[in-house]
Amino acid sequence: MMHSLQVPCTKENLKEIRYFVEGALSRYNLSANDTNLMILAIDELCANLIIHSHQCNQDECIEVKVKNEDQTFIFEIHDQSNDSFNLLEYKIPDIQQIINEKRNGSMGLILVKRIMDDIEVERNDGHNICRLYKSLPQGSC
Amino acid sequence: MELKVSNEEKFHIIQIIGDLDASSSILLDNALEEAITTNTKSILIDCAELHYISSPGIGAFTSRLEECIEKNIIMVLFGLNDKIVNVFRILGLDQLIVIKISKDDAKDYINDAQFTSALH
Repeated sequence: MMHSLQVPCTKENLKEIRYFVEGALSRYNLSANDTNLMILAIDELCANLIIHSHQCNQDECIEVKVKNEDQTFIFEIHDQSNDSFNLLEYKIPDIQQIINEKRNGSMGLILVKRIMDDIEVERNDGHNICRLYKSLPQGSC
Repeated sequence: MELKVSNEEKFHIIQIIGDLDASSSILLDNALEEAITTNTKSILIDCAELHYISSPGIGAFTSRLEECIEKNIIMVLFGLNDKIVNVFRILGLDQLIVIKISKDDAKDYINDAQFTSALH
């Protein structure tokens, strides 16, 4: 079963996205930790898109889809933008360097990469799909 | 998200209530900036009612770490639930940010650190 939510690109809608993902995951027998980490990864990616690709433009939307296939959760984030950022090419920065430089960004995508098992990016005429995979041991989903 | 700021003896305490995410982290950032400018040497962050944290919230702490070291300010987080400790752990920040279980533990840590520092 596929669950889907479309929201305008505002930071205030991140909470709605988190509730949506939590609701979609609630029908599976997951630990609070696993649930929180998947919510966090989707939140981070959506925040990145909303803020950097769409500049919090509420006239633009992103769509989040969640499904489960064979012990694997598959999340899709759809948006329309010409943003050239490619998560697959993103190199994880050194945390100590982030602290030394007093930066308060850069850690969201580290979390996405460390939490998720696999990431795919698809682009087609301005329509972007970021697909995230998370496999959990048998019995937990 | 709501913040409550109070003072107990020498301790400047910031209590975080709710979700700390991209839309609310600016409030914590402002509260930390204000705490640092009060000349306090002891900042306690009460996370017992912190339900969720994402990277902008974590960034509010990490972006102030160096400034705290430069100004001899000790910042300690306490009362975090397991889910939130796990997020800090994934980033390796549990080794760089002081995290204690209770307010008393946090106060003891700061008192010991300041006592040791005064001896040198």
